Amino acid sequence: METVVFALLNGLIYGLLLFMLSSGLTLIFSMMGVLNMAHASFYMLGAYFAFTLGQHTGFWFALFLAPICVGAAGACVEKWGLRKVHARGHVAELLFTFGLAYVIEELVKIVWGKFAVAYEIPPELNYSLFELFGSQYPAYRIFMLAVSIAMLAGLWYLLKRTRIGLIIQASLTHPHMVSHLGHNVPRIFMLVFAAGCALAGLAGVIGGNYLVTEPSMAFSIGPIVFVVVVVGGMGSLEGAFIASLLIGFLQTFAISIDSSFAEIFSFAGLSADGDIGRITIASLAPMLPFLLLVLMLMLRPRGLMGEREF
Amino acid sequence: MSKGNLLKSSLVALLLSGGVLSAEAEVIKIGYIDPLSGPFGSTGDAGVKHFRYAAEEINAAGGMGGMQVEVVAFDNKINPKESLVQLQKAIDQGVRFIAQGNGSSVANALTDAIAKHNKRNPGEEVLFLNYAAVDPALTNKKCNYWHFRFDAHVDMKMAGLTDWLRDQKDIKSAYILAQDYSYGRAFTAAAKSMIEEKRPDIKIVGAELHPIGKVKDFTPYVQKMMSAKADVVFTGNWGTDMTLLVKAANASGHTVPYLTFYGGGLGAPTAMGKSAVGLVKQITEFHENIEASEKQMARVDDFEKTNNLDYYYERVFTLMNMLDKAVDAVGSVDVPKVAAELEGMTYETPYGEVTMRADDHQLMQPLYISTFSEGVARDVENTGYGFKTDITIPAAATETPTTCRMRRPS
Repeated sequence: METVVFALLNGLIYGLLLFMLSSGLTLIFSMMGVLNMAHASFYMLGAYFAFTLGQHTGFWFALFLAPICVGAAGACVEKWGLRKVHARGHVAELLFTFGLAYVIEELVKIVWGKFAVAYEIPPELNYSLFELFGSQYPAYRIFMLAVSIAMLAGLWYLLKRTRIGLIIQASLTHPHMVSHLGHNVPRIFMLVFAAGCALAGLAGVIGGNYLVTEPSMAFSIGPIVFVVVVVGGMGSLEGAFIASLLIGFLQTFAISIDSSFAEIFSFAGLSADGDIGRITIASLAPMLPFLLLVLMLMLRPRGLMGEREF
Repeated sequence: MSKGNLLKSSLVALLLSGGVLSAEAEVIKIGYIDPLSGPFGSTGDAGVKHFRYAAEEINAAGGMGGMQVEVVAFDNKINPKESLVQLQKAIDQGVRFIAQGNGSSVANALTDAIAKHNKRNPGEEVLFLNYAAVDPALTNKKCNYWHFRFDAHVDMKMAGLTDWLRDQKDIKSAYILAQDYSYGRAFTAAAKSMIEEKRPDIKIVGAELHPIGKVKDFTPYVQKMMSAKADVVFTGNWGTDMTLLVKAANASGHTVPYLTFYGGGLGAPTAMGKSAVGLVKQITEFHENIEASEKQMARVDDFEKTNNLDYYYERVFTLMNMLDKAVDAVGSVDVPKVAAELEGMTYETPYGEVTMRADDHQLMQPLYISTFSEGVARDVENTGYGFKTDITIPAAATETPTTCRMRRPS
């Protein structure tokens, strides 16, 4: 019972963090048709910006300032980089963002050094909020949960209940029509790109001190974010949400399961001493998202909620 | 500038550069192959700082056999394949002594590659000085004449920890957590067999291997230990994996003893804080509160002041000074002779006499089990907490039998 509760809570938080990252990515993809390989790099920038700003302004200001800075950086990248490359087609765009990811990583190494920086949880939140089955639950994790849910609600309201959201949704499917109606579609693109990067930045701000802030953090989370987007269905926010939670739960549950292949397949005569029998479910946890990706592409290429196929 | 002057000055420049060249021939290069970037970058960086400091000390005292020592660092990103590339690069630069420690998977690759290199290139042999890779196989099944280990291996350290466990009658269950590679597997195997042998009544409620350097949040693992009701946790984790594990244990309020190899090192104490007091134990050849001479304490202080880093690897100094002694005795960088000199060598460290066992090239040194405590004379990482010795194990008592059948070059 306690295992299930803990796995649910931890999986929920990890899943929401993933959603914060993948929502921006999927928005950008559905609007511009470009898979932003550098998306996780903006997540890393968010963490580093929050670390540096936090030393001057404290964590709470950094919580707002850092995503804005990351969003501004994203807007610049779109305006002066991606827009020019856009004319040369999707492959050029893909290569551009791929290169950008490496550029950002090297820049981060030059500015902040090659090692993890001491980006710590703010002391106001560094206590245990409640006790559950004898284990303490840190307040910061609940704070992450609150921020993620607030972001989710805000995004949903913006897209579904405001005029801007209406125009964005229209530009997703009918950019020419929106343009004929007198809206500046390139500017909308830029805003969406900036907003997507800002969301990734926000994920970095609250994820950087919960996990570790280091130059390799972008490349360690990047692949999982793509899995979320593909499994959820390219361009579908709802799909990304479901896929994020699914992967969050999948990974934390797998770690908490103790049995090995030998125990599960004992009816098939698998012994615990063999190479296969020895594999435990827990040790499979890092592989599961990618297994899901492969299976999804084989069985349902458009993803859970996606509308287009690859 | 007139023509004559130009000629003169270029002559001087030529002479000067010639002087530099001949001075370079007098330099002994130690190739340090360890991670200098990525998740374990800070661990590798701390190691090279110890080596550089030891080299400066030796140089100030006249060098090794009259030659200056230089430590050249190579970043292997803790990847065995990359390490072999860096090894070749080091050999091409004239490095004859390789130092490595982080990752037994890397050490296993290097020991094979160096054995092969030495067989194919007689007269250009390379020596492998291992300061921290503790997979027992390196001095047992896979032992090799060109490899010397200056750290106690897994079985030796585990024997010490389980001896402590023997007297803890209220401990009834144990959990083992280690990284998923050769070292972590050796750790788990040693923990299982020795607990079973010394305390058959203790139930091993879990043994887990996790991917090395990949886990960013250990909370699910800690919660698993808590729901398994483990009375004690054995962990072989090091570097960020150790830091993040104690961070998660701390946040979840897991208050049982953690028996570690590397709990006192390089970032972990900062993450532990007050809640780990009395609980985290380590077995090492050094911690700052072991009685030692004033000279040694002055060295520790000066190292910490110069590098803004805790003094951690006493064995790096042992390694460098034993190499110094060997090169002094030989009088040149004749690697096979230096190796013969190191074999069986005894050396007086600030913490007692150590011996390089000739049978398997494993250093025998005194080990200390210590606990993270309050109110100690010298703290770690400016936390206000430090380590206090529980048990001192003399060098002779750490000896374990070896299966090594050393093949010496004829």
